[in-house]
Amino acid sequence: MALEKITEVVGTGVFVPGDAIDTDRIIPARYMKCVTFDGLGEHLFYDVRKNEDGSDKEHPLNDSRYSDATILLSGDNFGCGSSREHAPQALYRYGFRGIVAESFAEIFFGNCTTLGIPCFCASKEEIARIASAVEADPTLAITMDVSAREIRFAGETVSITMRETAHSSLINGKWDAIGELLEAKEDVIAVSKELPYFAG
Amino acid sequence: MSMGKNLFQKVWDAHTVRKLSNGETQLLIGTHLIHEVTSPQAFGMIRDLGLKVAYPHRTFATVDHIVPTDQRVQPFADPLADAMITELDNNCKEFGVTYFDIASGDQGIIHVVGPEQGITQPGTTIACGDSHTSTHGAFGAIAFGIGTTQIRDVLATQTMALSPMKVRRINVNGHLKPGVYAKDVILHIIRLWGVNGGTGFAYEYGGDVVDRFTMEERMTVCNMSIEGGARVGYVNPDETTFAYLKGRRYSPAEGEAWDKAVESWKSFASDADCSYDDVVNIKAEDIAPTVTWGINPGQAITIVDNIPTPESVSAEEKDITQEALDYMQLPAGEPIAGIPIDVAFIGSCTNGRLSDFIEAAEYLKGHKVASGIKALAVPGSQRVDVLCKEKGLDKIFEEAGFEWREAGCSMCLAMNPDKLIGQQLCASSSNRNFKGRQGSPTGRTILMSPVMVVAAAVTGKISDAREVFDVKELAEI
Repeated sequence: MALEKITEVVGTGVFVPGDAIDTDRIIPARYMKCVTFDGLGEHLFYDVRKNEDGSDKEHPLNDSRYSDATILLSGDNFGCGSSREHAPQALYRYGFRGIVAESFAEIFFGNCTTLGIPCFCASKEEIARIASAVEADPTLAITMDVSAREIRFAGETVSITMRETAHSSLINGKWDAIGELLEAKEDVIAVSKELPYFAG
Repeated sequence: MSMGKNLFQKVWDAHTVRKLSNGETQLLIGTHLIHEVTSPQAFGMIRDLGLKVAYPHRTFATVDHIVPTDQRVQPFADPLADAMITELDNNCKEFGVTYFDIASGDQGIIHVVGPEQGITQPGTTIACGDSHTSTHGAFGAIAFGIGTTQIRDVLATQTMALSPMKVRRINVNGHLKPGVYAKDVILHIIRLWGVNGGTGFAYEYGGDVVDRFTMEERMTVCNMSIEGGARVGYVNPDETTFAYLKGRRYSPAEGEAWDKAVESWKSFASDADCSYDDVVNIKAEDIAPTVTWGINPGQAITIVDNIPTPESVSAEEKDITQEALDYMQLPAGEPIAGIPIDVAFIGSCTNGRLSDFIEAAEYLKGHKVASGIKALAVPGSQRVDVLCKEKGLDKIFEEAGFEWREAGCSMCLAMNPDKLIGQQLCASSSNRNFKGRQGSPTGRTILMSPVMVVAAAVTGKISDAREVFDVKELAEI
């Protein structure tokens, strides 16, 4: 299975401030009543974006200046809580192609990588620096250079980090593991035979 | 130089298929658990790829997240819920997966069903599209939550790509005071290391308190590992583990098979001379009944503490403290005890097992739920329901003014009709107090042990169960 090598994300950004933004907030549980992921994008951050009557709350994603943003900036422990892949699916379907945060929750990070969404870490100060540039000019072109592990904007450069294995998967077009996993059928049989419980 | 291995390393090594090109491990997932919410898209993906379920006998399914706890016959009032359950049924039939449906009498929350069926065993790897899969670590399994694309991977190959975790040994030594439960132990741990203190780690819980814990208590602790950021939490298997598993449906048959299994299970326990990436010690006597006050499980205090103020916390916590106070509408600097509640909920994969209802009923007996409080008791599985009814616990709850419901996740995440309304505040034995978690976008959750939920239910406010029920005296009987 030939996958795209994800070497850069070019676009504009939006800053959604806050620490420990959990996956229930990214996609409320009631929108998981679905048998496909289609349409999840419109419910992204629903309860923090919308009042109960459907009118808009104040939220960066309700600000039309950021409506084309492809790079999401946020705080610490982004994506904590539920393992629901609906969260990265909603972010992707909304239009995000890369995320920069102070840190990521483990399951969320793995889910994003598997979908080909690069999740990079940067310090609070560096994220604030990018965010203030984005707020000053929402049309500001930002390059997330996945290969070089840096964010470039308006002549500035910010170093960003990512776990080596995930980085390798993205830049080499191996982020969806299924092709490689399927190759090892014989090895799987051999390992499972050593585990008495596996036979059931 | 230590030569031994810890349980995580042994289980990992035994299940390693090979190294992948990106440096991750292709890990065999011995046991795969699925439910109706995160699996339908995965079945869709394998269908689209023209693949089959590689080892259907190693996947087990049930319905828990969206199943109604009152009306139990299809079609359900919610057509989307009905469609999802039908989808799971069809997928299990098409691919030959064992399915504990409502008619089986074995349905329930997947993390209650796996252990009670004997599917959850020491020295195994267990994956499920649910972050509370860490529960199964109580048996000395390496168990963790996965996303839907990874469910696809496990269905199609019985393996997935993963990197090994570091291991933090958490010793809890001493004696828990009366009125302090396993729930308080894990809330205390999360409070100490924060909601991301465990990122990148598996937590190995031990020490004499954990050694004395029942399997159900160990499950409560392991369950909430993920709330501290640790994807995996486990306890080394011991005689308590083996006694629990003996005679269960999927446990090895008694006799030679059982003896061989126990021998193998023992071999997976961490070696005395193994090393850990971190070791921390907690004194059991330092743990008090613990409750959350904020919007994540790390925002917790003891029942005798005051609600924090933005001035009383560190600079990094100021913003999220203010955000939590704004959302929770609680008086900063005032005692948490005495805050009025609207709803009381006992259930979930954290605290929806037999011992939770026994303990709660012991104190609830002879009391009434305060007027105006909606109180729900939801057994974690149909089997738990039957066992509770055999002991007459359902009657104790109902006579006190609780509604006794049928098995499911219910108001823990409110994907079924059990939801908070508006800004209702819920005293809950569940695991997450996130904004909107219990079904209302403005609903509020305070996490605590089942006995503390009972105390809140009968007083109508957040209360110290030790005072309400004179717990000390009862504990001495």
